[in-house]
Amino acid sequence: MKGCDKLVDAGRRQFLRGGAMATVGVAASTVLPTNEAQAKPAPARVEYPSNRLANLSQLKSNEPLDISYPDRNSPGVLIKLGTRVPGGVGPAGDIVAFSTLCPHKGYPLSYVAADKTLTCPGHYSVFDCEKSGLQVMGQATQNLPQFTLRVASNGDIFAEGVDELIYGRLSNVL
Amino acid sequence: MAFKRQIDRLPIIPSDAKKQNVTCHFCIVGCGYHAYTWPVNKQGGTDPSQNIFKTDLSKQQGGDTDAWYAPSMYNIVQQDGRDVHIVIKPDKGCEVNSGLGSIRGARMAEMSYSKARATQQQRLTHPMVFRYGQMQPTSWDDALDLVARVTVAMLKEPGGEDNLFVSAFDHGGAGGGYENTWGTGKLYFEAMKVKNIRIHNRPAYNSEVHATRDMGVGELNNCYEDAELCDTIVAVGTNAYETQTNYFLNHWIPNLRGSSLQKKQQELAGEPHAQARIIIVDPRRTSTVAACEVEAGKDNVLHLAIESGTDMVLFNALLTHIVEKGWQDKAFISASTKDFDKAVAANKTSLADAARITGLKAEDIAKAAAWIAEPKEGRRRRAMFAYEKGLIWGNDNYRTNAALVNVALATGNIGRPGGGCVRMGGHQEGYSRPSDAHVGRPAAYVDQLLIEGKGGVHHIWGCDHYKTTLNAHKFKQAYKKRTDIVKDAMNAVPAGDRPALVAAIVDAIKKGGLFAVDVDIVPTKIGEACHVWLPAATSGEMNLTSMNGERRMRLTERYMDPPGESMPDALIAARIANHMERILRELGDAKYADQFKGFDWKTEEDAFMDGYHKHEKGGQFVTYERLRAMGTNGFQEPASDFKDGKIVGTKRLYTDGKFGTKDGKATFMEAQWRGLQAPGKEEQKKKFKYLINNGRTNHVWQNAYLDQDNEFIMDRWPYPFIEINPDDMKELNVSAGDLVEVYNDDGSTQAMVYPTPTAKKGHTFMLFAFPSGVQGNVVNAGTNELILPNYKQTWANIRKLASAPASVKHLSFKSQEYKMG
Ligand code: SF4
Ligand code: FES
Repeated sequence: MKGCDKLVDAGRRQFLRGGAMATVGVAASTVLPTNEAQAKPAPARVEYPSNRLANLSQLKSNEPLDISYPDRNSPGVLIKLGTRVPGGVGPAGDIVAFSTLCPHKGYPLSYVAADKTLTCPGHYSVFDCEKSGLQVMGQATQNLPQFTLRVASNGDIFAEGVDELIYGRLSNVL
Repeated sequence: MAFKRQIDRLPIIPSDAKKQNVTCHFCIVGCGYHAYTWPVNKQGGTDPSQNIFKTDLSKQQGGDTDAWYAPSMYNIVQQDGRDVHIVIKPDKGCEVNSGLGSIRGARMAEMSYSKARATQQQRLTHPMVFRYGQMQPTSWDDALDLVARVTVAMLKEPGGEDNLFVSAFDHGGAGGGYENTWGTGKLYFEAMKVKNIRIHNRPAYNSEVHATRDMGVGELNNCYEDAELCDTIVAVGTNAYETQTNYFLNHWIPNLRGSSLQKKQQELAGEPHAQARIIIVDPRRTSTVAACEVEAGKDNVLHLAIESGTDMVLFNALLTHIVEKGWQDKAFISASTKDFDKAVAANKTSLADAARITGLKAEDIAKAAAWIAEPKEGRRRRAMFAYEKGLIWGNDNYRTNAALVNVALATGNIGRPGGGCVRMGGHQEGYSRPSDAHVGRPAAYVDQLLIEGKGGVHHIWGCDHYKTTLNAHKFKQAYKKRTDIVKDAMNAVPAGDRPALVAAIVDAIKKGGLFAVDVDIVPTKIGEACHVWLPAATSGEMNLTSMNGERRMRLTERYMDPPGESMPDALIAARIANHMERILRELGDAKYADQFKGFDWKTEEDAFMDGYHKHEKGGQFVTYERLRAMGTNGFQEPASDFKDGKIVGTKRLYTDGKFGTKDGKATFMEAQWRGLQAPGKEEQKKKFKYLINNGRTNHVWQNAYLDQDNEFIMDRWPYPFIEINPDDMKELNVSAGDLVEVYNDDGSTQAMVYPTPTAKKGHTFMLFAFPSGVQGNVVNAGTNELILPNYKQTWANIRKLASAPASVKHLSFKSQEYKMG
């Protein structure tokens, strides 16, 4: 695996390693019904939890807040962009949240405030936070997974869904 | 909103899935992949015992994991007539890419033909003929009979085989492969001697790198590891991050970052080593430049933003300066080369003159010379030279190519570790054909001849002139007119009366018409003008061999069925030959018919054994079975032996200092500057305001023949972009996303404005060969003396067509350069 090691310059890069923390494992298909009558219909999509990420009062314009969703092994950011964007929530329609595991090879993305983009030190991908995570340039084969948000009347912000497969898991909810 | 797949879960590859070797069929790099397939009613599980990775998939996997695949790597396809799940994912064990996929290759699965998941439904599935005013599906025998009858009829007319015009792929991967180049080559160069033939991206049958070959230096002479070993990379007209992605990421970056230092110390002991430096010759600041600066530090990146088309002057100045300093490799020059003094004298160019013509600073040219050749503590510096379309499709191709190879030879950088003077490449290679000597040099300017009304029958194999030629606007007008003459004639007779139909077509041809047969995997733009479509299979739907940019040959195993009745090109060529033989016998011409013998192949492997195995250097050591065993690493051509169950290859060429000339000496070449060489360029430059530089983008493979049916890519690029400086945008009164017309005396086309502050004023850059706006429309007809097009030096005016349409409102127009967060 020499090529693999070459790519990972541990001295310069912080790596997120999975599996270190306990996770709730849900196998996708371990229950096989013996006949139709007994079958409990399985939902067609994964069940997303509704997780509180933060309160509106905690957000400062153009300062990303580290979050995780749907569980703590799936890091993301919550950003108040300062301008209304498609898919944005909150009073100004400017709050969005994204996975920060690069959908190319899972390197951690970081936020470039000047551009309002998330960029990847792995292989130089750039995702536009104002354009629902569109990959401006890069090697991922999908745009950045965005978390679906809801704001409660008390200003609490909840994440309740994901629109693309998150890197490093073959089911968004493990 | 940006396109999202709304996929939240993928089927897991079971532990007993079938595993097939795959080489990415897109770019020259040829990354190793595996295709995993398993029955559609089965699936793996998260428990380590239930999946191919032997990994607990109920846990989040880390970065660079082998145990994840993106939705684009998944599909449901047919294998031996049954639906199967398929995952095509990059192979960590392949030395080329070490598990990396790119935005193009890692969509191979999603860009496969799937009825179940409705992907690539554009694929041709049945032969189609023009009948009752439109293209209609028919049987192979019916379509081939018509093709053979009309072709043979025209061979019998005055002009004979010169009446048959051919456009044919000659590469590897999805652009050919040894099986298919041999199949077509045997038909047109052995059974016939067709000389009016051209290649997919240029209007004649010629090498893009004639000069280096004439000098005795084959253009793929090093190995990818040399990029990890050199002191300096010299990159000319190549935007490697976007167009040779994993070669750049997996072999250039480690050296620029310093992480290949240990390898350098081990393999090249006894000389000082540091992280590499890079010189990038490109009028435009590319994402490659940005990535190099981040990894190597700005001090180790010298971006020479040269005046477009003046590269030759720069190379001559480098040679002159290196020799003035006495940095040339005297021992190598005297032992292995000739005509050094002659070339040095003829090409002499001062730093001051070069600075004036290239627009560069004299001290930067001197710095580049030092980075290339200044001895490091008394030892020869190792420089690797890599060039691509910026040079190949630029001004005075032949001389410019020669001038660069001169520098590489003078510094002893060919045949040595950390050296090489190579083209970067577009497609993979896979050329195996009988001699093309009869084509001549210069080769026929096929597209021009077609415009002029020459030729009667046109066979097209995987080429789309409408998107990838110069003077495309005029070409399309002439081509449509000529093929319409035949369409009208076909409409006038009952399709079921074959003799009457053939007679009507031949008559129409005599009146200036053209009968066109398009062999392709998808309906093409030029196909709209054609009379017969023959559906071809692509890589993975057939077994296919190719080699990559370091001559690494692999077999992609057939992992799925070709769509409908489509067939490998090699077999289509064979069937055309069979039918032509039959018709010639029917006409009583047994002698001519006999020339079409030898096409009794049943499989692509038959074509491989008849072609590569029998005819290519080292081919006798190479079989499908042996290649299968060599996996995704294969071997580097030429093969020299088969030992201990392995094909023995050749890591670098010319390591013995013997080159590809009669006397074995590499030849320095004179290359004198003569300004913008191609006819019409100087006039165009004077008359029109904007340089329409052009090339590829990361997202799109070739002319988007598959991407045009891929939502992820069409969402990003509904139109070809044109990068324009914001000051120019103000003058033009256009905003981001606006549609503009690019026009000059040669034609017009459209593009979408992408504001680009790093673009020089007056310099634009447009996406090449894109279906919704063809840059070739505004490229004039002028070529070099060997009929090489000059796409790059094009000038035109720009005007607004429409404000940004709704279909581009979701797009980002931010900088494509990586910045550290
Ligand atoms: S770099 Fe080229 S060969 Fe490799 S995956 Fe991308 S397109 Fe395919
Ligand atoms: S991991 Fe982000 S670009 Fe490769």
